[in-house]
Amino acid sequence: MKPLSETAMHQKTIAQLSAGLTAGEFSSEELTRLFLERIEQYNPSLNAFITVTDDIALEQARAADRRRQQDQAGPLTGVPIAQKDIFCTDGVRTSCGSRMLDRFIAPYNATVVEKLNAAGTVMLGKTNMDEFAMGSSNENSFYGPVRNPWDLDAVPGGSSGGSAAAVAARLTPGATGTDTGGSIRQPAALCGLTGIKPTYGRVSRWGMIAYASSLDQGGPMARTAEDCALLLGAMAGFDPRDSTSVDQPVPDYLARLDQALDGLKIGLPKEYFGEGLDGEVARVVDAAIAEYRKLGANVIEISLPNSQLAIPAYYVIAPAECSSNLARFDGVRYGHRCDNPKDLLDLYTRSRAEGFGPEVTRRILVGAFALSAGYYDAYYLKAQQIRRLISDDFRRAFEQVDVIAGPTSPTVAFNLGEKVDDPITMYLSDIYTIAVNLAGLPGLSLPVGFVGQRPVGLQLIGNYFAEDRLLNVAHRYQQVTDWHARAPAAFA
Amino acid sequence: MEWETVIGLEIHAQLATKSKIFSGASTAYGADPNTQACAIDLGMPGVLPVLNQDAVRMAAMFGLAIGAEVAQRSVFARKNYFYPDLPKGYQISQYELPVAQKGQLHIDLEQGASKLIGITRAHLEEDAGKSLHEDFQGLSGIDLNRAGTPLLEIVSEPDLRSAKEAVAYMKKLHQMVVYLGICDGNMQEGSFRCDANVSVRRQGDPKLGTRAEIKNLNSFRFVERAIEFEIERQIDLIEAGGKVVQETRLYDPDKGETRSMRGKEEANDYRYFPDPDLLPLVIDQDVIAAIRASLPELPDAKKQRFITQYGLSGYDAGVLTTSRALGDYYEATVAALSGEPKLCANWVMGDLSAFLNKDNREITDSPVNPAQLAGLLRRIQDGTISGKIAKDVFEALWAGEGETDAIIEKRGLRQITDASAIESVIEAVIAANPEQLAQYRAGKDKLFGFFVGQAMKASKGKANPQQLNELLEKKLKG
Repeated sequence: MKPLSETAMHQKTIAQLSAGLTAGEFSSEELTRLFLERIEQYNPSLNAFITVTDDIALEQARAADRRRQQDQAGPLTGVPIAQKDIFCTDGVRTSCGSRMLDRFIAPYNATVVEKLNAAGTVMLGKTNMDEFAMGSSNENSFYGPVRNPWDLDAVPGGSSGGSAAAVAARLTPGATGTDTGGSIRQPAALCGLTGIKPTYGRVSRWGMIAYASSLDQGGPMARTAEDCALLLGAMAGFDPRDSTSVDQPVPDYLARLDQALDGLKIGLPKEYFGEGLDGEVARVVDAAIAEYRKLGANVIEISLPNSQLAIPAYYVIAPAECSSNLARFDGVRYGHRCDNPKDLLDLYTRSRAEGFGPEVTRRILVGAFALSAGYYDAYYLKAQQIRRLISDDFRRAFEQVDVIAGPTSPTVAFNLGEKVDDPITMYLSDIYTIAVNLAGLPGLSLPVGFVGQRPVGLQLIGNYFAEDRLLNVAHRYQQVTDWHARAPAAFA
Repeated sequence: MEWETVIGLEIHAQLATKSKIFSGASTAYGADPNTQACAIDLGMPGVLPVLNQDAVRMAAMFGLAIGAEVAQRSVFARKNYFYPDLPKGYQISQYELPVAQKGQLHIDLEQGASKLIGITRAHLEEDAGKSLHEDFQGLSGIDLNRAGTPLLEIVSEPDLRSAKEAVAYMKKLHQMVVYLGICDGNMQEGSFRCDANVSVRRQGDPKLGTRAEIKNLNSFRFVERAIEFEIERQIDLIEAGGKVVQETRLYDPDKGETRSMRGKEEANDYRYFPDPDLLPLVIDQDVIAAIRASLPELPDAKKQRFITQYGLSGYDAGVLTTSRALGDYYEATVAALSGEPKLCANWVMGDLSAFLNKDNREITDSPVNPAQLAGLLRRIQDGTISGKIAKDVFEALWAGEGETDAIIEKRGLRQITDASAIESVIEAVIAANPEQLAQYRAGKDKLFGFFVGQAMKASKGKANPQQLNELLEKKLKG
């Protein structure tokens, strides 16, 4: 590793940028201009941004610099970030990756946006994503696929693929994501980043366009656990506008980062290392586990016996909720409306058929079917029962271990187009992440190596509200390894 | 063939909260379209509902008032359907677990009979907006001011057997929600509206007939007429060999008939499921206890108390407890007068109510307050004026001509109780009517009334009636 002073600004972590801003080595405006230039230069090859908000960014940067001068700055004041285009941003297009909202300008800020603004971050733009967060490859965007900076033939993962690619290519030091079944962790893994999906209820969903309300959770994506800790500290907290947000104080996520891992009990679910897991990925994950042993952790094999039920349960619950959540996009009040509707039914059917892409349409149809009379008990209720069984599996596991570890995704990034015609194979990409959403637990992915040029992620799952522990476990690993510091050559 | 009618009512009472059930927007009636609809009411992307605790309190009050089980845990569900004035594409309602279940309400029927009507459930839900089909050059307008207004849907058991019973039940329920202060009861503005499920069966048949649902009845009169029409229609249909179809019908008040709303009943599948944006509604026992303690005296209890405490008839007590405000007015009058509850009842139910009706005023808006009315009655009591003269004084009070005593003085209405003054009036009357005197003395007793009238007239109504009677009798007998 290069010494810090020689590290190019765009290679610095948020913690390093924060220190540089504090020391007056550079201004937020300089930093912001640098990243805006990089976006201009590199985004055409990646398609990571749907909207770049130059004017807002520079205005926020100058305001941040003034706050610095007035000694009113916090650690994130003046740090540029990108917002996934699922978070409503006042006065800025919020498309959710959909034609339906291509011309939708949100009239308010999401709580996450509000909180990050209040912390003084600078918004560079809105990142690309699978339409309405439905997808695992970012190929389901109305704005076209995002490419993986490590290999432009590969997908970045999804649905937060734009955020992942932007951070990996050093177009922004950090970004927000959302995770309904793995949409933060899987792209973080496929792009060599650290990303955390907090406990359900830890981060407000107000202003975050809903896909599956009981599973959706926002979180940060950055290069290091320390950066995620900084961002999560600003994003998390009770919000009276979200009835499912939890009224519990937000700990200082930086405080426990350095805690030693001696005696840490890591559980390896045998179900996460069986059939379907790529052998090369398995070897990389094994090496990471070996590193944890060296750090003093005890590794125990555990079982999550209902793991194989997670995907079928998820693909009932998430579509069921989405079929209802997306009913509001009817062409009546905002969003896409078809030309010359001949009557009300025509307005509905054509506006929706034109506004939604094929994967969104598929999930709405699946969900409406699962909720319909005569099928509700067999599908939706059954899926909810499975959800309880899965939660029980984790509850029992956490009686034995502190964290659970395993691969984030069964393979490294696959090629663009490789799985688009095979939704089931695509869905299996989230086989290790989905159960965590069903249980509402926090999960983190950190980079632990490569297969060829393509990064491998290790998933850490914690007990409810154990985000600080997950960040600590990831951070200690990052103190003795440098996978997180590697940059894709084309974007170095 | 004898027919039996079976009716169940679903009543939507708009709860009198200041803001909507899931947003902070105002619920005030009559604002310009879409000026009271915030991002939540508009169903914008990313918005979330937060339950109005005041709506919960009101629903629990209602549940306790009808002796229902108030659920410690109830669940909000989504009822999914597309309609332009339904912004989210679903209505948030309660489905499997409502806030209150198994209540009952006493209704009074003719000839002193009464009946207990079961209330299956009461649940919280949000109202939809309004579609406006006029004045938009062939287009439809959507007003979402009403979207998200809290409603309590109150579902009765099919215990009602006639249109009259249905109306009695609806009136009783209306009285109850207004008493509790949880609904303004304004039917014209749609704050209290009714859907009626009506079916008929042959007397003694244990099986219910196929029902038709008549939607959106917003007056007691319409409920009665619509049900009566519907009963006739169904009986005629069956007697002619036809079959009643399960369908939704609308009442046309101009034609006085119900009409099918759709050609064929669509089998709506609302795809209900628990709303993941809202946690189950949990009401703790101590909260329920506190709400119970805060309940006002309910109509039935108040009526009973009026009968025992004031010695009123059941009828009078019923009338005086029609509304809380009327009962309060009555009791304030009795208290101010320190007694004479029957006299107070007669005046509140008589002249006061007549004047209120005439001026179309609410009791809370009466120009004569209880203290003023008591002041007037006190002058009857102490003989200063007669009951008849009091009516004139009341009219003057109503018109704002000052207080009772001032009016009596100004108009010289004080009753004449001086025996010699009354005697001289009587003597003059007798002297002026010798013929009638002769007839009376010859045994035509009926003429006594004639002399009373003449004497009263001569005294300008001011003579003390009792004294006048006594003295007149003495004088006539000679």
